[in-house]
Amino acid sequence: MVADTMTDTRGEQPSGKPPALVVDHLTKRFGERTAFEDVSFAVAQGEVFGFLGPNGAGKTTTVRTLGTLIAPTSGSATVAGIPLTTDNGSEIRQRIAIMPENPGLYRRLTVTENLQLFAGLYEQPNVAARIGEALEAVNLTARAGDLCGSLSKGLLQRVGLARALLNDPAVMFLDEPTSGLDPVAAHEVNDLINALCQRGVTVFLTTHRLEEAERLCDRVAILSTTLRLVGRPDELRERLFSSSLVVETLAPLVAPDDVFNSTDGVESWRPDGASSYVLSVTDPRNIAPHVTRALVAAGADVVSITESRHSLEDVYLQLINDDPAASQR
Amino acid sequence: MKFSFIRLGAVLRKELREYRRSPYIVVTMAVFPLVFLIEPLITIFRIGPSVAASVVDKAVGATFLVLLIAPAMLPAVIAAYSVVGEREQGTLEPLLTTPLRRAELLLGKAVGVVVPAVGIAYLLFAVIQLCARLFASNPEVVSALGQGPHILAEVLFAPLLASWSIGVGIGISTRANDVRVAQQLGTLSSIPPLAAVALVAFNVFTPSVTLAVVFALILLVADVILFRIVVALFDRERLIAGARALRASSRGGQIPPAGAVRQIRRIERTGGSDDG
Repeated sequence: MVADTMTDTRGEQPSGKPPALVVDHLTKRFGERTAFEDVSFAVAQGEVFGFLGPNGAGKTTTVRTLGTLIAPTSGSATVAGIPLTTDNGSEIRQRIAIMPENPGLYRRLTVTENLQLFAGLYEQPNVAARIGEALEAVNLTARAGDLCGSLSKGLLQRVGLARALLNDPAVMFLDEPTSGLDPVAAHEVNDLINALCQRGVTVFLTTHRLEEAERLCDRVAILSTTLRLVGRPDELRERLFSSSLVVETLAPLVAPDDVFNSTDGVESWRPDGASSYVLSVTDPRNIAPHVTRALVAAGADVVSITESRHSLEDVYLQLINDDPAASQR
Repeated sequence: MKFSFIRLGAVLRKELREYRRSPYIVVTMAVFPLVFLIEPLITIFRIGPSVAASVVDKAVGATFLVLLIAPAMLPAVIAAYSVVGEREQGTLEPLLTTPLRRAELLLGKAVGVVVPAVGIAYLLFAVIQLCARLFASNPEVVSALGQGPHILAEVLFAPLLASWSIGVGIGISTRANDVRVAQQLGTLSSIPPLAAVALVAFNVFTPSVTLAVVFALILLVADVILFRIVVALFDRERLIAGARALRASSRGGQIPPAGAVRQIRRIERTGGSDDG
């Protein structure tokens, strides 16, 4: 099953403020190769928007296009309220921050010197104070004088985040911010992104870590050259998977058909191991007691009845498995 | 958004800091000038007291030429590294995500190389002058070195030749995919303007203040035109997406995957041609 249309492509904006990002049928081609095609979505101010997809799906090219580094082949976009055109490039870049997958810091310069460069490029009036705030936000004040070449990858990512904070951006693009980090460092970076969200920064996050996207993002989009799906993670689960109950009994049921088909609310069932069964149901919370009673009446020893939870990973795999092009990239 | 001297200054400070901490650049900046100091000193000290004034003039002319080679060739190597080096170490993309304009970036990098190169050139000239006054056995040497047109030529040509070399070096750097190739091409391309200087140094043209100023003006115009060309050559998309992608884009071809590229290169090495 492939979701061939998008849902909820417009960012919710309850306060009536204009969206931070509007992308309308944007396409980028390099010759005959299409990096991404006909991509449309909107991101509300203060929203954390996850951008997922397999390798080569066009995520980084989309970020680079929205960051004015690459010109789109067709379509239009508005970034931080400014139309995406070549003439507006410098103005757009003044209002956004992009943290590439590789933070790209000067290893012979200290953390402070790296940040001084970028504060200067953003023409910040009070450089020292601005750098102090950025370092404090990423808990790196104590390492301000260290050469970047001496820092671990996790700390370099934090410096990259501090750099992205320098211009107080309206939209922050984070391209695989936890790529290559160990779980502890990745967790620290996630905490920092969470802190940014609480400060109301609009975050556009591309990631391969689906649990990270599920935890951090208000909405996610799944890209595989074209946009496959946009929505809140729970919405996507509901769209792709029916609600289900997982029943485990001590011994296999003698006549499971009789038990489950006669229970109200159970639409279908399938075995899931020797004495485990997955039931498709309309309303898991209300159907579970009926199923329990039916099992007890049939003389079964019930070990557990739980609602089946599909992760964002299940959604992602369902979509990508249905896309033959994605598996060849 | 207009040209910003704040952003230019930020790039310049960064460049100078990086040079100070780069052993490769510090060694190049220190050793290269020493090589250019030894030959003129030997030439000057070998001029005996009875050598004719015309011979002294020729020897001093050659000395000036050697002194001008330093600002012409020294910065070319460093300038050629400037853009392709940033690209190789992964620092170019973050720079290009800021409001920094092409002219600000390139001018900041150029000034960052001009300042030390010209400083070294003037220092070499001062050392030669001092040594000549203290140790030269022929008084004509000091007189020839102190000629107004010679001094004016040194003062004017050093920054202008350095600017030319840097402009060419940065231009090559914006298009090159490999640091070594960029540095070799940069060094070679700094040679042509020296030919013009050589004509004056060897008295093919009689050195005069007017000639020095005319040559300087020609070099200045050439430098300005060159800088404009270099700014135009600087293509964000090419630098970020890579030349392969852009070539594919322009001729409607497909970008082969990395594995295919390696295979193509292997085939080319064993008998095919490489269009670079």
